[in-house]
Amino acid sequence: MSEKKLMLGNEAIARGAYEAGVKVSAAYPGTPSTEISENIVKYDEIYAEWSPNEKVAMEVAIGASMAGSRALVSMKHVGVNVASDPLYTVSYIGVTGGLVLVAADDPGMYSSQNEQDSRAVARAAHIPVIEPSDSSEAKEFVKFAFDLSEKYDTPVMLRTTTRLSHSQGIVELEERFEPIDIPYEKNIAKNVMMPGNAIKRHPVVEAREKQMAEDGADFPVNRIEMNDTKIGVITSGIPYQYVKEAIPNASVLKLGVVNPLPRKMIEDFAKKVDKLYIIEELDPIIEEQVKSWGIDCIGKEILTIQGEYSANMLRKAILGENNALTAPAQVPMRPPILCPGCPHRATFYALKKLGLHAAGDIGCYTLGAVVPLGVVDTTVCMGSSISTLHGMEKAGGREFIKDWVAVIGDSTFMHTGVNSLINMFYNQGTGTVLILDNSTTGMTGHQDHAATGKTLKGETVLAVDLYKLCHDGIGIENTRVVSAFDSEALTAAIKEEVAREKVSVIIVQAPCALLKSNKPKPAFRIDPDKCVRCGMCMKPGCPAITKKPDGAVAIDATLCNGCGLCEGLCKKGAIVR
Amino acid sequence: MQTKNIMIVGVGGQGTLLTSRILGGLTLRAGFDVKLSEVHGMAQRGGSVVTFVRYGDKVNEPIVEEGQADVLIAFEKLEALRYAHFLKKDGVLIVNDQRIDPMPVVIGAAQYPEGIIEDLEKKYKVLKIDAQKAALEIGNPRTFNIIVLGMAAKHMDFSHEDWLDVIAKTVPEKTIEVNTKAFELGYGM
Repeated sequence: MSEKKLMLGNEAIARGAYEAGVKVSAAYPGTPSTEISENIVKYDEIYAEWSPNEKVAMEVAIGASMAGSRALVSMKHVGVNVASDPLYTVSYIGVTGGLVLVAADDPGMYSSQNEQDSRAVARAAHIPVIEPSDSSEAKEFVKFAFDLSEKYDTPVMLRTTTRLSHSQGIVELEERFEPIDIPYEKNIAKNVMMPGNAIKRHPVVEAREKQMAEDGADFPVNRIEMNDTKIGVITSGIPYQYVKEAIPNASVLKLGVVNPLPRKMIEDFAKKVDKLYIIEELDPIIEEQVKSWGIDCIGKEILTIQGEYSANMLRKAILGENNALTAPAQVPMRPPILCPGCPHRATFYALKKLGLHAAGDIGCYTLGAVVPLGVVDTTVCMGSSISTLHGMEKAGGREFIKDWVAVIGDSTFMHTGVNSLINMFYNQGTGTVLILDNSTTGMTGHQDHAATGKTLKGETVLAVDLYKLCHDGIGIENTRVVSAFDSEALTAAIKEEVAREKVSVIIVQAPCALLKSNKPKPAFRIDPDKCVRCGMCMKPGCPAITKKPDGAVAIDATLCNGCGLCEGLCKKGAIVR
Repeated sequence: MQTKNIMIVGVGGQGTLLTSRILGGLTLRAGFDVKLSEVHGMAQRGGSVVTFVRYGDKVNEPIVEEGQADVLIAFEKLEALRYAHFLKKDGVLIVNDQRIDPMPVVIGAAQYPEGIIEDLEKKYKVLKIDAQKAALEIGNPRTFNIIVLGMAAKHMDFSHEDWLDVIAKTVPEKTIEVNTKAFELGYGM
């Protein structure tokens, strides 16, 4: 008997890539997709890399496919936006070696800035979408996706959601299939997308999609489970599990390919059931198409486009069951916070004391928006801090940004921030940019990037030097490097650069407190004889420092990592090791 | 067997993922179908964290819903209170008597509720433990979660031997001995 393992959905996707004979994998980390690459890297047979952003990753995978090998590219839903330029066009080109894009959506926004539905992007790009419903299917569907990709000469999107990516289930391991690399053949009509060629490819795309819709009933991943015909459900992905839990007797059409839809199969199924429901999280992608064919069905009328579904939600909406539940207790929220010893806290505290606003970006430092720091005013998407600050200046003039900076992490800067900085320099902006260089991609759990000097495979390489990139490369004269924990120097640098009527960059360095290479220093404690309970040390909001009911301040030795920010704030010398 | 629903709740960084993975290993070894659901990403940064483990003959939904949990393991008191309504009527709550102030409490915008455990005892079957203290006694404060798990082990369907074996296979090799000790300590309580 083959080995069975408990695997995260993402781990199973990685295993599927291995078994499918994938040779090249490229990605940029982003919750909930990150663990795909972190598991793929364990297979020596696969070349795997962190690319600086999703567009680059997509293009690397396209190149690998053009060279005749199977390639996987993975990203979170908003990463698909970044990659959509090559995606829409590779749909016309098609594939040589199979090409699969894993798009990880985040219903419920556990770690995202929006709740967009990647299926809509795939529909617009006219590429098929495969959606598994547990870890076991995740592995199998990756293999199916590669077969589909090569059979129909199309890139394929495998769509997952946070609940699938971060749930573990039982997976049966199988052998790796070793595909033979397809020999390269120059084919300008297919691979060079200029108007004259693209015009001839567009009909191919349309025909391909129609063919897949027709063949849909024969795809093994589309299946009908006939039961009681009073209730029929069309569903896919994780919601299928909720349907099985809530309405086990219902007849179910479980779609594995959610784009293009197998119209005939759906019409036949609809005829056999009394009442038809479409159960899909986020947007009514399936529902709107089914309704457009004149089929009577119920979906978002009783459900929502927001967040995750659950079995209880379906019991209530479809069966009208209202289980008498105990009301939740009213308790204080526990929002995520910057870790003890986080260098961003030191930076934000300095900004706060100077009374500055920050145009923010995507990363742990987005938490600089919340109390008690409350410095970050705006956050849109990866790389947007610098360009939005520039736009503010162009609208409101130098006066508007006289008390503003942009803050962006090192990984996010390498992702797309660098473009925005080039733009600010080129178009004569005068903004001050703080690159919060903690030597890693923090929020997603410590991934390397071009400026850390390590690859996904763990090789040591020459790191992109952020100072040289900004100073010598772009030509920003006023570029300097300061330690995040040198409060005096940092404050002086920010003051000086914000006042300067020229673009400037401050690289604020200090490694992430959670990096394994960053050994914590001995914890601090409060000397009760010296402490006057003024509360200065509590201002930056370090979770290791709390006030006891009697008003005494205490440092939790198990949380404190000895960064020293509070020690520097105490005027009484009451914080000691 | 009817599906059994376990929840592990705590504060990001307290080791809910490690403990749920130990549980996952056990259920797989015992031949059950199993699903685990975890929280990664932003919430792990000191936020409220919940992990679901479901095992039985056939498991569909990967999450435990309100009113369904057989066992709720809480590494922190406020989190016990936050998720207590997920317990079944006859469910068991194992709560670590530790207080970690959330940011709204730290900055004085909210109050940390008093008498949490006493209140919960009025409604649920509660087993209380001061695991931090116990962990210090065996010389490794980080093993507190395994002590709590040891206490919870008696309310699940796995042999003592299986527990020890899976713990040994899941924790870092250097810490097998101290974690075994921690488990036994909780199991004996």
